[in-house]
Amino acid sequence: MLNGYGATIIDGTWLTLQLALSSMAVAIALGLLGAAFRISPLRWLSGLGDAYATVIRGIPDLVLILLIFYGGQDMVNRLAPMLGHDDYIDIDPFIAGVGTLGFIYGAYLSETFRGAFMAIPKGQGEAGQAYGMSGLQVFFRILVPQMIRLAIPGFTNNWLVLTKATALISVVGLQDMMFKAKNAADATHQPFTFYLAVAGIYLLITSVSLLALRYLEKRYSAGVKAVEI
Amino acid sequence: MIFDYNVVLDSLPLYFSGVLVTLKLLAISLAFGLLLAVPLALMRISKQAAVNFPAWLYTYVIRGTPMMVQLFLIYYGLAQFEAVRASFLWPYLSSATVCACLAFALNTSAYTAEILAGSLKATPHGEIEAAKAMGMSRFTFYRRILLPSALRRALPQYSNEVIMMLHTTSLASMVTLVDITGAARTVYSQYYMPFEAFITAGLFYLGLTFILVRLFRLAEHRWLAYLAPRKH
Repeated sequence: MLNGYGATIIDGTWLTLQLALSSMAVAIALGLLGAAFRISPLRWLSGLGDAYATVIRGIPDLVLILLIFYGGQDMVNRLAPMLGHDDYIDIDPFIAGVGTLGFIYGAYLSETFRGAFMAIPKGQGEAGQAYGMSGLQVFFRILVPQMIRLAIPGFTNNWLVLTKATALISVVGLQDMMFKAKNAADATHQPFTFYLAVAGIYLLITSVSLLALRYLEKRYSAGVKAVEI
Repeated sequence: MIFDYNVVLDSLPLYFSGVLVTLKLLAISLAFGLLLAVPLALMRISKQAAVNFPAWLYTYVIRGTPMMVQLFLIYYGLAQFEAVRASFLWPYLSSATVCACLAFALNTSAYTAEILAGSLKATPHGEIEAAKAMGMSRFTFYRRILLPSALRRALPQYSNEVIMMLHTTSLASMVTLVDITGAARTVYSQYYMPFEAFITAGLFYLGLTFILVRLFRLAEHRWLAYLAPRKH
């Protein structure tokens, strides 16, 4: 299949999926943290959260990826000698990719989560406090479970954008399916064939994700009445 | 760590010419994208499957694949075919600027079509009924009522799409164009100073993003004032 390059592209697909899922895990953690900051009554915390969301969402992914990858490499190699480590350190592109995409999409998710948190009736959190729950307990036991249903549409969108953005990590040398396709295209002089194959695989991933997340949305909306106009 | 301002100052002319390239790419792809999006959106709201399905498939495929793949398919991919290389279009299709504009325009047309279709579907019943009661023909109804009303209401979402598009143009640096990102990559490869090179590019993009946000706020004030919440 594909002049014998089929297997390497499938390998790349596997790496792309791992990258997307790991980055999403990091993004969810950062998004929750960012949203918690932004809805915090403390002025400097909400300011910090807002700055994170605004700055990151105002700069292209590609620029941030190049900045964090090359900048991170530069910083690590300047700091390492101070800690008594003299060899040149190469950052693993996978780790850098997960960190970068997680950091970028954390900002986008913080916006989604913030909107969802604000849509939960105030009385819910107050009822939790009235029961003597701590702030963290109210956040994780009352707000987060209800927020999930409201956040799924925005989350779906972010997941799709993130999945597609993984292609950019091939620029800094991660051997994902985009990287493999480029190699195969260079070797066989059939770029159209290989990029089309990669496009098909991305389409498959996004289609399956859409179906799965639509099912999840239905599950989480059980017991909530849909209003028919 | 010291931030070397001299490097940034020396390469400012390069960055400014990059800003011009970025804006050129953005303007051309948005203009053609919007032109393509209006008929696509009208197809997407059709009840006839034969009309609706091709537009649905187009937007679904474009929105389901990465921009980078689409760009590479057009810039590197098309050259694979002898027929393309022999055709009269080849002088255009071998140019990075044309390919980038083509790829960006096709990409934004799909997203914009979905935004417009959503806005068209949300047209208040009263507006449609009023047009019918006035005895408007179908064409007059589209031209005077449906499209102006839907285009206005699409403004807030379209502003997001424009900003996404501004960020997307950074991919042009991968097909040899020297836009803002391309300038940053040039500076990086000259001086090996990643922070100076890419933070400067980031600031330029942030500045452009804020300007676009402000312009769209003005546009909304002009065209969507009747939908704004009451101030008092």
